[in-house]
Amino acid sequence: MPAARTGPSVPVVLAVAVPVIVAFAVLPRVVDLYQTELLIYGLTFAIAALGFNLLLGYTGLLSFGHSAYFGMGAYTVAFIVRDLHVQSMELCILAGVLSTFVIAALFGYVCVRHTRIFFGILTLALSQVLWSLAFKFFWVTGGTDGIRVARTGITLLGGLIDFKGSGSYQKFVYAYYYYVLALFAISAALMWVIVHSPFGKALQAIRDNEIRAGFVGIRVRRYRWIAFVISGCFTGLAGVLWVPLNGLTTPDILYWPFSGEIVFMTVLGGFRTFTGPIVGAIAFNYLKVYAVASSQYWQMVLGCVLVVLVMVLPTGIVGTLARLGGKLRRG
Amino acid sequence: MDTLVIQTLNSIFYAAVLFLIAAGLSLIYGVMRIVNLAHGTFYALGAYVSAWAVGTAFGLGASGSGNLVLAGQLLLLPLGAIAVAAVGAVIEPTLLRPLYRRPEEYVLLITFGMLMILEDAMKFLFGGTPLSAGSIMDSMGSIRIGSLLYPSYNLVVIGVGIMAAIGLWWFIYRTRFGIILRATSQDRRMASALGLNVGRVYVQAFAIGCFMAGLGGAVVVPAQAAVLGMGVDALILAFVVIVIGGLGSLEGALVGALIVGFVRTAGIQFFAEIELAVLYLIAAAVLLVRPTGLFGKA
Amino acid sequence: MALLQTVDLKRYFGETRAVDNVNLSIEEGEFVSLVGPNGAGKTSLINVISARLTPESGKIIIKGEDITRLSVTQRVRAGIARSFQLVNVFDDLTTFDNVALAIFSREGKTAHLGTLAHLDHAVANEADAVLKQFGLAAKRGDNARDLSQGERKLLDVALAYALKPKLLFLDEPTSGVSTRDKGQIMDTIASVVRGEGITAVIVEHDMDVVFKYSDRIVVMAQGAILAQGTPDEIRKNEQVAMVLLGSSGPDAFTRKD
Repeated sequence: MPAARTGPSVPVVLAVAVPVIVAFAVLPRVVDLYQTELLIYGLTFAIAALGFNLLLGYTGLLSFGHSAYFGMGAYTVAFIVRDLHVQSMELCILAGVLSTFVIAALFGYVCVRHTRIFFGILTLALSQVLWSLAFKFFWVTGGTDGIRVARTGITLLGGLIDFKGSGSYQKFVYAYYYYVLALFAISAALMWVIVHSPFGKALQAIRDNEIRAGFVGIRVRRYRWIAFVISGCFTGLAGVLWVPLNGLTTPDILYWPFSGEIVFMTVLGGFRTFTGPIVGAIAFNYLKVYAVASSQYWQMVLGCVLVVLVMVLPTGIVGTLARLGGKLRRG
Repeated sequence: MDTLVIQTLNSIFYAAVLFLIAAGLSLIYGVMRIVNLAHGTFYALGAYVSAWAVGTAFGLGASGSGNLVLAGQLLLLPLGAIAVAAVGAVIEPTLLRPLYRRPEEYVLLITFGMLMILEDAMKFLFGGTPLSAGSIMDSMGSIRIGSLLYPSYNLVVIGVGIMAAIGLWWFIYRTRFGIILRATSQDRRMASALGLNVGRVYVQAFAIGCFMAGLGGAVVVPAQAAVLGMGVDALILAFVVIVIGGLGSLEGALVGALIVGFVRTAGIQFFAEIELAVLYLIAAAVLLVRPTGLFGKA
Repeated sequence: MALLQTVDLKRYFGETRAVDNVNLSIEEGEFVSLVGPNGAGKTSLINVISARLTPESGKIIIKGEDITRLSVTQRVRAGIARSFQLVNVFDDLTTFDNVALAIFSREGKTAHLGTLAHLDHAVANEADAVLKQFGLAAKRGDNARDLSQGERKLLDVALAYALKPKLLFLDEPTSGVSTRDKGQIMDTIASVVRGEGITAVIVEHDMDVVFKYSDRIVVMAQGAILAQGTPDEIRKNEQVAMVLLGSSGPDAFTRKD
């Protein structure tokens, strides 16, 4: 007798995920260049939010300092491109994720000694150390002007694709879109496996009841630390991918309000679901871009959305849709 | 020697402003267990309102027209604090109260939303250009310290800081309302069971906390113009102060503000590049070694 | 050699002597009941042995090995598992995942982050077997928070049991449930624990239950061991009767069958 189902069926998940990825792959043929560019931003932030949510949604730790890891990834790319004349995006990813790993391991080691609000403040304080350094050491970091990273200096797939010459901008957007989409798909798959692994279950157990988690033999602090590092690395990868697209990295992405935006995205989508952060990041990106384009008071627009969200739709977009879907099915 | 005196005064001036902001933040956390991310923005709002009130009532070029004008301007300054307290009194029952039963993440997020709304509300109301009440500073002149000049107004700010510290201490430890406040902060349900109106205590505590932030802005604006973003910067320093001193502790906010004030002044002199980083690292170190801060209760 | 040995174990709360010079010895395969009035120190003793509390002084020895300084998780590895008086489970995980997690942990698999938990058939089968033993099989897909109080108590015990401990502590496994469910819960627990010869120490107030299932009864009062012996010896012990009668009323020893 086959064991009764105890978790998501892999074929079913693939049956949903593959068409979604295919739809994303077709999108650039339907929408224009600008929309494609916006989608790249959305997918990048989705990777960041996926990483962030491993802590918030699965481990129960609210970090208010994830700007540090996004920024670490971004600045690492800016440094090695400018100072070491690295061109290969793959090398950038490697270096960026590695440096984020180191900083997340260091900060995480300190932060997981606390939970709840103390954890949040610690992550915040440490992230602001990086911000202030980026801000003050302007001869290294360019200060508030930041560091430019020209897309023309970047090559993809070990130099197979470069972006020199005429029409390069268009070429860059389309090529980079698929590059980021592929990395997003890999990241999402990785994260999906992690949260459904025994380790992921252990994290959820810690989230639910850290005392009992200890009494079933789980090393709570150690596991929180590992989750913290993984979370940071995902967000770091997002920072790496963001730089060539944005063409510039400034201390703004290390400043604490950007950490707030990462929290915002995740809650917008719904932090109690796996897909919530993905949906939230893409939606947030659109929301912000259109708010900025349509009003100089875009912050107020976003703030109002956040307030309404927290008051009326605390489970986020995905959580709310799931509930509506459940109601419909039950009739 | 004179420089040392000036630097000390600068440190205390800075500490006085920080104390006002941080004491409010700490009070709100202590009583309501809310980390108010919009607190720095309340400080900025206080600065804007005060600068606007002084500027509107006396015209922009009215400096130097006698002691009467100066007195009037000084009297108008606290308007910023009162306005912010009023805003707080509206926000607590409408936006925060519905969320107390939910996980603390939501309260934190809504204060982040408030921050975004208020930042743009200030941009809308007061425009993008800095707003200053510098005429007060100018007409108060300077005092001579040895061979150097020091603005007299800064001494007023230091005075306000000291008075606020004494006033708050008296208020919390010597009045009936203070007892209610402390009882509520220690055990909300117990206070409620004893028949205290917790809802009213909360709105009062929040309004007082906001008042302190607004007062910080009000007293600083003759010395430094109100600019967009000043609140976002100030919040983190206020955090550093209450983390060092202990979340929810009044004495802690005072000592924390002095520590930050002196470290900052020294930092600007000797290690300008890492001055902020040092402050954040001190905060992180304190949180690590003594999570309840220097004065916090376990 | 005794499975568990405590040597002059002490734990005070200010002036209160919660655990006062306790020298307790548990032999392999025993089913021991820990009884005594409220505040006698039964839960405190379990808390000290399971590292929920640190002792003032004294030693805890498992099979000759001193474990006094080990952390909670290290003691779990050393073979000590426990349930809790107030239900302590993973509310937002399914009943199945609760038990599966304990098995993963026991097998050192919780560090695995590249495999899918639900595809581990060995663990799944064992988890299902445990759920069946505890009568929870029908609820395997429900979140623990949606179970009834009685089912939650059973799940709490099942979590500890699934760790396959050398020594299982059960802190009032029937507290907070209706009298009707009490008997059923105790029967379930006893059939699992006795059936497999697991060494268990149970804190219980219901003397019917205690006399029915125990090999040995340890009576505590004011943090110290007052008496111990077989159910028959304890039943005849007048000093014990005084202490227990004082707390649980005149019918403490009367059997209702």
